Amino acid sequence: MKETKEYTLYNDTVMDHFLNPRNMGDVQEADGVGEVGAAACGDIMKISLKIRDGKIEDARFKTFGCGSAIASSSMATELIKGRTLEEAKNFSNQEVVDALGGLPPVKIHCSVLAEEALKAAIEDYEAKQAPKTAAA
Amino acid sequence: MDKRFVYLDHQATTPVLEEALQAMLPYFREAYGSPSSLHRFGLQVREGLKEAREKIARMINAESEEDLIFTSGGTESSNLAIKGFADANHRKGNHLVISAIEHPSVMNSVEYLTKHGFEVTQVPVDAVGRINPEDVRAAITDKTILVAVHLVNHDIGTIQPVKEIAKITAEKGIALYADALAAAGWMPIDVQDLGVQLLSFSPHRFYGPKGIGVLYRNRKARVTSHIHGGVQENGRRAGTENVPAIIGAGVAAEIAVRDLSKRVEHVAALQKRLYEGLWKHIEYIKLNGPEPGPLRVCNTLNLSTEFIEGEGQLLLLDYQGIAVASGSSCVSKSLKVSHVLSAIKLDHALAQGNIIMSLGKDNTVEDVDYVLDTFPKIVHKLRNMSPMWKEFEEGVIDSVIKPTGRGKSFTEHAAAVSGKAAH
Repeated sequence: MKETKEYTLYNDTVMDHFLNPRNMGDVQEADGVGEVGAAACGDIMKISLKIRDGKIEDARFKTFGCGSAIASSSMATELIKGRTLEEAKNFSNQEVVDALGGLPPVKIHCSVLAEEALKAAIEDYEAKQAPKTAAA
Repeated sequence: MDKRFVYLDHQATTPVLEEALQAMLPYFREAYGSPSSLHRFGLQVREGLKEAREKIARMINAESEEDLIFTSGGTESSNLAIKGFADANHRKGNHLVISAIEHPSVMNSVEYLTKHGFEVTQVPVDAVGRINPEDVRAAITDKTILVAVHLVNHDIGTIQPVKEIAKITAEKGIALYADALAAAGWMPIDVQDLGVQLLSFSPHRFYGPKGIGVLYRNRKARVTSHIHGGVQENGRRAGTENVPAIIGAGVAAEIAVRDLSKRVEHVAALQKRLYEGLWKHIEYIKLNGPEPGPLRVCNTLNLSTEFIEGEGQLLLLDYQGIAVASGSSCVSKSLKVSHVLSAIKLDHALAQGNIIMSLGKDNTVEDVDYVLDTFPKIVHKLRNMSPMWKEFEEGVIDSVIKPTGRGKSFTEHAAAVSGKAAH
């Protein structure tokens, strides 16, 4: 065992996003909030969005879950900022996995949870918009 | 406090004692003969093995050192105890009684047998993981051939009433197998006083080497060999003996007996300091298993910290130099929480927040104080990151540990957001 090597459970990118999560917290006066849980393991992820002119201006997360769940939500919020709603609706968990440089097979579902939380937040936004659109 | 490395996973494994290592070394390159050989190289090693066997027999007060079978580890010992005994005794009956919280090597050996004509009854445990001997009595049928109950639970540290259970099995004329994996080295073990017919343990849990397990089997309990080949271990376990490991195990056993009261006193004091400190500094934390004292093994604490998950705690502790284990589903490859935590009916949210800290003889007061300084900060960081913490503060969900009467339970909330129950 080499003394100088750091042995970590996940790769450097995942560890970085776990140890220094980006966009952690709640968007104040969010336009859309999605909270989803993984039935398989019990993890819970919440993503809140600020939306301006059909674009995601800000995205924040809170996660009850393992290291890869926290890293997945951190990365997902990083990736999604600045995208249009249409682009965001096509967001796939694979993008999170790729950006993180891969996740162990048993942890892929964590990235799925991030995708689901994002889509739930968009649905929440659209549901809130619908009455306004109808009224207009 | 300055970062330091603190190993708190002694229920996984321990470092090899210097004395054990030194005793082992000559057996790699000098005394390298096979104990089955009839020349001086073999006979020399045979003598070393005999001495090691005697030391290990003394550690558990076996009637004879001939009652010990050396295997490759605790898991092989459990497999041999369960499957070997079932094979040798299947004409007497096909029913086994085990507790619901046995080690996976016992649970899965028994599960294998159920696919081959055996039946099993799992005796439940109470909220701290204790088996009621009367439940064992009630589970025994006229087909029962073996009862398997561990001395100490590997996850939550509960000491089981094995001696009381032995009275029942003796009365019924049934063999009792006690897995002593989590107990050996941390409490006195006397197979004759306990009244068990089979008992297994693994020396790497008490500063011996890995790759060696022990099965004690007295003359009343026949086991059929499962590793076939030559007549090593009196024909009960074929294959050239792992001589250096057996020699190291002998030394570890001898020192475990010599130092037992000193080790127990030291580790129990650290356990108490850690327990009291954690509960003083962290709110919404639950101890799994009995309070430190006569019902709990001296070296472990199993705790659930509410509103956060266990793997995150483990990783952040590791980042700060502190090595612990967790029974959270996120840590297991099967995504299931530890069967032990399920058996004590621990709420799923608390099972998710599970951490196991197991102390050893080389841990110090400074180590414990470093953990007490570090862990509350980690809990704070993860709670800030957890949606559950804020939702608890806002009264959306309630605490399981200290209910306020406001909000839904975590489990109800988790089911609502995931569409399915968390279990």
